[in-house]
Formats: sequence, structure tokens, C-alpha cells
Amino acid sequence: MAGHVGGTEGGRNSMDKSITLPPDEIFRNLENAKRFAIDIGGSLTKLAYYSTVQHKVAKVKSFDHSVKEAEGDPVYEISVQEEITARLHFIKFENAYIETCLDFIKDHLVNTETKVIKATGGGAHKFKDLIEKKLKLKVDKEDEMTCLIKGCNFVLRNIPHEAFVYAKHADPEFRFQNTHPDIFPYLLINIGSGVSIVKVESEDKFERVGGSSIGGGTFWGLGALLTKTKRFDELLQLASRGQHSNVDMLVKDIYGGAYESLGLTGDLIASSFGKSATTDKQFSKEDMAKSLLHMISNDIGQLACLYARLHNLSTVYFGGFFIRGHPVTMHTITYSINFFTKGEVQALFLRHEGYLGTIGAFLKGAEEDNPNQYSWGENYAGSSGLMSVSPDINPMQRARSGTFDMLEMDRLERQLVNLPLLQDPSSYIPDTVDLTEDSHAREYWLSCFEEALDGVVKRALASQPDILEAAERAEKFRQKYRHKLQTLRQQPFAYGSLTVRSLLDTREHCLNEFNFPDPYSKIKQRENDMALKYYQKVVRALEDLSWEQRQFALVRGLLAGNVFDWGAKAVSDVLETDPGFGFEQAKQQLQERPWLVDAYNQWIERLKGEPHKCALFFVDNSGIDIILGVFPFVRELLIRGTQVVLASNSLPALNDVTNNELHILTERIAGMDPVIQAAVKDDRLTLVQSGSSSPCLDLSRLDKVLATVVRERRTDLVIIEGMGRAIHTNYYAALSCESLKLAVIKNSWLADRLGGKIFSVVFKFEVPPKTQGLH
Amino acid sequence: MKLISIKKPAFPWFGMDIGGTLVKLVYFEPKDITAEEEQEEVENLKSIRRYLTSNTAYGKTGVRDVHLELRNLTICGRTGNLHFIRFPTLAMHRFIQMGSDKNFSSLHTTLCATGGGAYKFESDFMTVADLELLKLDELDCLIHGLLYVDSVGFNGHPECYYFENPSDTQNCVKKPCCLDNPFPMLLVNIGSGVSILAVYSKDNYKRVTGTSLGGGTFLGLCCLLTGCETFEEALEMASKGDSSNVDKLVKDIYGGDYERFGLQGSAVASSFGHMMSKEKRESISKEDLARATLVTITNNIGSIARMCAVNEKIERVVFVGNFLRINTVSTKLLAYAMDFWSKGQLKALFLEHEGYFGAVGAFLELLKSSEEA
Repeated sequence: MAGHVGGTEGGRNSMDKSITLPPDEIFRNLENAKRFAIDIGGSLTKLAYYSTVQHKVAKVKSFDHSVKEAEGDPVYEISVQEEITARLHFIKFENAYIETCLDFIKDHLVNTETKVIKATGGGAHKFKDLIEKKLKLKVDKEDEMTCLIKGCNFVLRNIPHEAFVYAKHADPEFRFQNTHPDIFPYLLINIGSGVSIVKVESEDKFERVGGSSIGGGTFWGLGALLTKTKRFDELLQLASRGQHSNVDMLVKDIYGGAYESLGLTGDLIASSFGKSATTDKQFSKEDMAKSLLHMISNDIGQLACLYARLHNLSTVYFGGFFIRGHPVTMHTITYSINFFTKGEVQALFLRHEGYLGTIGAFLKGAEEDNPNQYSWGENYAGSSGLMSVSPDINPMQRARSGTFDMLEMDRLERQLVNLPLLQDPSSYIPDTVDLTEDSHAREYWLSCFEEALDGVVKRALASQPDILEAAERAEKFRQKYRHKLQTLRQQPFAYGSLTVRSLLDTREHCLNEFNFPDPYSKIKQRENDMALKYYQKVVRALEDLSWEQRQFALVRGLLAGNVFDWGAKAVSDVLETDPGFGFEQAKQQLQERPWLVDAYNQWIERLKGEPHKCALFFVDNSGIDIILGVFPFVRELLIRGTQVVLASNSLPALNDVTNNELHILTERIAGMDPVIQAAVKDDRLTLVQSGSSSPCLDLSRLDKVLATVVRERRTDLVIIEGMGRAIHTNYYAALSCESLKLAVIKNSWLADRLGGKIFSVVFKFEVPPKTQGLH
Repeated sequence: MKLISIKKPAFPWFGMDIGGTLVKLVYFEPKDITAEEEQEEVENLKSIRRYLTSNTAYGKTGVRDVHLELRNLTICGRTGNLHFIRFPTLAMHRFIQMGSDKNFSSLHTTLCATGGGAYKFESDFMTVADLELLKLDELDCLIHGLLYVDSVGFNGHPECYYFENPSDTQNCVKKPCCLDNPFPMLLVNIGSGVSILAVYSKDNYKRVTGTSLGGGTFLGLCCLLTGCETFEEALEMASKGDSSNVDKLVKDIYGGDYERFGLQGSAVASSFGHMMSKEKRESISKEDLARATLVTITNNIGSIARMCAVNEKIERVVFVGNFLRINTVSTKLLAYAMDFWSKGQLKALFLEHEGYFGAVGAFLELLKSSEEA
């Protein structure tokens, strides 16, 4: 029923009493903290606060070109500005540390105007006086279930890969679910000391439809009586070693085998603890604990199924301290749900389940800031990720996960939505390879990122040559990212499915964390300058070609431009050693046709038909790629009568062109090229930001403005360029309109996997089945 | 007048239900034996009859429930009394040995048996006592037996009863009733484990679900927690205990009702929830533990049964099984739970012969099998 942990004993408070991590690494950004919330459970305390982080951001600004420019002047200037962004901090620690933690917060909470702290959880009233005394904040209690639901909605909406199914014998054990665009309705089964079953229909509409008194408290209380074992996690450990069939009466104990006419197998439990009623012997603690665990898990699973059926719901999340990352209980609950629903309903668990209460309490207190109006993103640099508290896992990890755990979420500048052109948003998976499942690929990429780390550190340092403490920050970045990679090697599921994208994004988050907002800014600037000088020459050369020849040259130009990618090790080595490496050399590197994936003929045939209404182009690198590859291609589309929307990153990632930079470049090109100028003027060429700051692309999290533009212009062609956006992600993305996915494979391992060689070309032209008949 | 010649099965007439914990045996004692028959009756048949009808206890653990005896029953053209006998399944081997010792196999009767033990002990019956069992499905037998006993009544009284004012402990009274139009009904059979059936007619039913938290769980946990040894002992302790010392109630957490969700302060929030605390574990009495175990198991069955009734759209919930024997705490609690949580929509019904319907069903099958032969 109520989701409380009643007792005060039982957590891990007999373990290391000292704070094993320096508190300043845990309670970060306290100086500007405001709006606090706390959720005190039976053994763990969860604290939430809103804070602001001051960050360096790279800005580019166009020089005034009205005055005659000198030869060799850069096209724009780079400046680093300070920007303030909002961040949510969530910290989980053991109740034993509560006083130490409150003291630390008190000492560091300097200029806050906060007067109250929202509180929830069973322990809230117990620690009320302590909190009020220490923090001089008024404790304001919030309803537990309301907080839980609010928190649940928030994580489901904002954290991709929040929910997962658990399969004990699978590798990996965690299988993350796609974020369904519509999270409602769902059933939340909260297993605290009792069980609450809540049906959630919308943000504000939920109802406790049922419950049971047989819950975590029953396992703990009855388990303690039966085994004389005091602590909850010790009981789970006992259970994981026991044999329930020594205590339970199974169908085969009654029937001698299966009860075939009813399809009940012999191993099914007919009567929990049935053997202890009829035999006069001693039962082991392990066996009794196991039997008890099965009894309770099965019972909860059965009720969950009955309620799911009654309310016709198939999305069922489980939470509460009974579940909280324990593989043992996740397994028994999963088993029970599978048994009772015959696989129709899956038991879903949440990565941040332990934080739901405090997130909800926080949101209650922050209503005037309208946190639900924004999109939020998990900050991989600041969050500790999902740690297994499995008793089976080695003690080192357990101790770590038992002490502190952090979740940080950044407020994103804009609201993120699905690309309206996804064929089926609910089944869209951005990533091509799930490294959590593919251990060979995982091994390769983790090593690859590890090896590239020195280069990234060097690049970061080089981007801030005049700043003294940059070396220190660069070193901190190195340690942070290396630590992340090590964690991911141990627990690939820590942040949801591990993918090349998540590895890249984590690196970007870590760079930002240590104030290296744009390590490639100078390189991008140099390359843009250089490429602009060749633009007119390239366009003229293309104009001299016949139509057929020109189309091929344009595609080749696009592909050659895409070779200039500092994210690819093979290329960055070349660019580093041969600064003269240019467009023509790049063209020579390209694979000759037939390409690895070669739909060029279909594309040409298509071009002979009706022009597209509007093309959405997700661009990749700066310099030669965007200027000499993309723009001539775009120019040809415009001449054909196709409108073009260029979507670029909102914030820097590697040498990808940012929206900010693209605006300046477009302006410059327009100055040289009347076709582009006219298109910009007539709004036939539009620049939008993608909302992303990743070298990859998640089409389910795009700027809302982009989605609106795409819809308004009746976009019928999507072009996705580059390894990050078209190979690592979206290779299999099915769109409801025609699409062109093109990239040069600049990684020999990946080329090998795809059955090609380095610099193989992927040119994929896809036409959705529905529109195929119309052409 | 039409004379119907029924080929009667040979005596003795038994029906047996071998469950996980208990064996239930019904025995028909003919009272209309003619002198001629008396003479023909073989000696060991006579001795069986005398042994069963003149005793109320058999060995250390066998018991005849005299108060349940159905008198002057006419069945298959014979009139007699139906006796109800039970003994622990653990004594099954001794029982089979006795069948062998008394040369039961010479009686040319079919031994109709149901329950899991009919399968489990089949080969033992054969090898030890040279007896062939007619194995019958336990759910078929349960339903047929129940409908039969209800139709003949309990020595002139109704077999079925319910509780009037189930939500008012002061005025809650047992009332007899008739199961005239019993379908559809949700039949909840609480033995060692629990089976829940939706019954639409005599031969049309489905097993909706079951739970392993049943009578065996109550007794098993009680034995472990209190050191008691029998169901009677466990119930006796439970009747003296107070579960609120063991269970955490809503008011223990919220100080009163949890109004946001309409939960009364007296509702159990967490069964055995107080036992998370070491101090409370050390001071708790065995009686309180027994009571909490009983209440936990009973409420859970009630909750599952109620959900099934709602899902199956059945309003009549019939509880049977030996867990309910001498167990008014549970019957009243089930009656209350059905009434309270369904806001009076559901009605809990009980039957006097609680756990014997499977055995009666097997017994009826014996008569039927001979009829068809």
C-alpha cells in the first residue's frame, strides 16, 4: 500500500561510515542552488536542487564586411562567452550520512533566497527538525504518491532509455526500451513496505486503483523472523543462494509430475511453505528466504496482471525499495509477470527509479519555473549512471553504488520533438548498433575512444592556448572521460544502451564540464576560410559540365567533402600531418563505383522526374564539406525548384558546423553567388538548428521549430550526411518520405564490418513503399 | 409403474481425494442391507464397514467428521449414510499398506480417486495393494460433488451459508441460504494452495487462476514462526492473537486515514511490516504472529478472488476447501473483504462440507461408471 520503508535499520549503514567521495564532487554547484527537495526513505536519502552553471560557450561573430577586407583576414571571429544554464542535481546517499551532508550544504549554501525545502518519503517527518535546524529551511511535506508519479512522468519524458526489461540470463541483462512519444496511460506498481498500484492517465490524472499489504515490508519483516537476518539486502543475498523447492510444495510433490490437463508444470509452486507444514525438519535460512521471495514476487506479479487486465493496460512499471536495482527481485517479478500474462505484458523497470520521489517533490516546488515546459537531458558527465547493487556483483562496485549516486539533468534551450517524417515514431531506434548487445563492437569502440583520448586532450588544450589553467582542466577532462569509459566497460548499461553516439555524447558532455566548449573552433575557422576561397571556382567548374556529368560531380563532391572529418582517426591523422590535403586529394581517396551501397542510378532516375518540394538536409562538417560539398549540391536543388532547409547543430561537437557558423557562411556564400542570395532572400533556403549538440543524430529529439518548418514546407526529401548521422545512427531509420543517406566510411574496422574498405562509399536512396506507386 | 434396473456397483462405495496435505475420504454405509445380502457379504467388507462406522478416529491422525455425516441418503437405489473421513497425506503409505493387509483388492470394487495423489500414488496402490485406481480430474470432481451435496442438503438444512452484516463485527451473523441458481459462480478452493474457477454450468467451467499462498502457507509459516505442529493448534493461537502488533497499518504510517486515496487508518499497509524493527521482533507473541499469518493469507486470497470476480463479471463467490475448517476468523474476513472492497457488489458464500467435495465427486463418479458399464 503505502510506499514506505518503516524501519531505520537495514540499509547499508554498517558499511563504511565515512564519506568516501569528497562532498564537493557530489554536491556540485551549491553556490547558486535554489529550490530544494528531499526524499527520505528507510535507508537512503535523495536530495534534489536546482542550480545554474556558468559555462564557457564558443560564439562566432561576423566581421564587418562593409569595409574592404584585407587578404588573409578570417571570415569571422571566435569569442568565448560565459553563459548560464540551468541544471538539476539529484543526489542519493545513505541515511547515515544525513547529518554530514546537511552540514556541508549549510556551509556552502551562500546566496540562496530559498526558504523552504519540499520533503517526501517516510523518513521526512523523522528528520524534519534536523533539517530545519541545520539548513534554516522550512520543511514542506508533499504527498508521496503524487511526487512519485510526477517524477515518473518526468524521467519517462526526458530520459531516452529510461525504461528497461530485465532478463537474468541474457547478455546484457538489461534491455532498454524506446521512448514512446506518448507515455500515457501506464500502470505503476510501487513496492515499498506494501504495494500500491497506480493507474496514470495523464500528467495530472492518476488513481490508486489497488494495492496489497504483501510487499517489501513483508519480505523484510517475515524474512527477519524466519532467518534471524536483520538487513534487507542480506536477506536478498540469502535468497539468491537458496533452493525454494526444499520449502515449497510443488505441483510435482502433489501429482508426482505435471498437472497436465491444466498445463501446470511439475516445478510450479502449488503451496508456498507447504513443505514446512508437513515435514518436521530444519530448513536452511537460504531456502526459506528464497521461498519467501518467490511467494511475494509471484503474488505481486499476479495482482499486477489482474489490475493490468482490468484496466486494459500493457505498460507496467515497477518501482519501490523492493525493486530498486536489485537483480534478484527484478528477476522474480519479471518471471511472475511472464507466467501470469503468458508474455502479453512485460515488466518494465526504470533506471532512475530511486529518484522519482525527490524529482516529483522538486517539481512540486518548482511549478512557478514551469520545468515541464522545457526539455531536459541527462548529463553523462555529472551522472553516475545505473549501478547494479546486485549481491552477485563484486563488493568493490557494491560499496561504490551504496555510498553515493548522482543524476544531473541539463535544461535544454528548446523543446525537443519527433521528426514528423518518421514512419513509426514508436519503433524508431536512432542507433544502428547496440554496443550493450554486441560485445565485439563494444570492445572495439571502447578501445578506439580510449586511444583517441590523448588526441582529444591535445586538441582541447590547443583551443585555449592563452589560458593558464587550461592544462589542469584538460587533465581533469582526461581523468573524467577515462573513468567513464572504464565504468562503461564494467557496466555497459550504465546510461541506457551503449552506442557510438552515447560514447561521443559523453565525451562532449565531459569537455563542456571542464569548459572546453569548442576545441575545434580554430580548425573550423581556418578550414572555412580556406574553402570559401575555392567556392566560386568549384561552382564554375560544375557549370561547365553536362547535366549527367554535373549530377555525378555533385554527389562526388558531397562525398569528398565528407572525408574532412576530425572525428575519424584515419582522417585526423592525415589532416594533422598534411595540412595541404585538399578537395582533389579527397576525391582521389574515394572508392570508385560501384560503391559499397550504391543507389546512384535510382537517384539519377528520380532527378529526371518531378522536382522535390522541399529537402531537409542534416549537414555534417565545416570547411570543405559544407562549403564545397553541400552548398553546390544545395544550389542545384534550388535551381531545380526544390526548397532547402539546412539543419545544423545548435552547439558545437567535433568539427561539425554549428548553426551559428552556418549563418555566417551562408551570408558569405550569398555574397558570391546570386543563386544562393536569391534563395535566402525568397526564403527558399532556410537555416534551422537541429536542437542537438552531438556528432550523431536522434530524429526523435529535434528542435520543435525544425519540426514546424518541416511540416509547413511539406518536406518530401530528407538528406542525412556523414558517418555519425547516417551510419552510426539512422542507417535503418524508416522515413515517410524519400531519403538520401550518404557517408564515406573513414574507419577501417567499421568498413570491414560492412564488408568494404576504408573510404568506401555508402549512398543509400530510399523511397517509402506508400509513395513509390505515385512516381 | 416403470421399473428401472440399475446395475449397482459392488460395495464398498468410496470416493477419495488425495490432496497435498490431506486425504479426504467419503464412505457410503448402506443402511438397507437385506438379510440375504448380509449373508452374502464377505467378511472383510463387513469388517471395513464396522471399522469405519464404529470409530471416529483412525490411527493417530485419521479423523471422521461425525458432524458432517449425511444421513438417510438415497443414491443409486440404496439408502444409507455418507461418512466423511480425513487423514494427512503423509499417512498415505500406511493407508495403502492397510489396503494390502485387508486384501482390499479381492472386493472387486473400483477405487475412484482424485487430487494430485491419485497420480502420485497410483503405482504404489498397484504394486503394494494390487489396486487399480480410477483417476479423476480434481476440478470436475469438486464441482460435481459441490452441486450434489448442495442439492441433497445437509440433513434437512441448507448446505450453503453466508454472513449477514459482514462489515459490522458486532452484528455479523451466519445465515443459511440456498444455492438454487448457482451459476455463474466463482469457486475459490483453498487447500494447500488455491484454485479459482469460473463455473458457468455443471460441465462448463474454467480455471481462472490460482495462488500458492494457501492453507499450506498458513500452516507452514505458523509452524516455522511459532513451533506449532497442527492446523488446530495454529488456529487456536491465531484466535487469541492481535495482528496489529505485527502488521503495519495505514495509521502507523500516516497517523490516520490516507485520505488522498481513501484508505482507512485501520487498513493493513504492510503485512509483517512491524517486524522490520528488531525491538518489535523481540517482543512479539506467538499468538500475534499466528494471527497475522492467518490474516495475511486470508486477505490475499480475498483480494485475488475479488479481482477475478470483477474481471470475470461474476458476483457470487463461493469459498470452499479445508483451510476454512473451524476457521471462522477467515470466513468472516473473506465475507467482509468481498463486501467492503466491492461496496456490496460481491457476495461471499460458504459450504458446510468445506473440503470434501472432491471426494464426493469421486464417489459420484464410481456410481456413474458402474451405471454406464
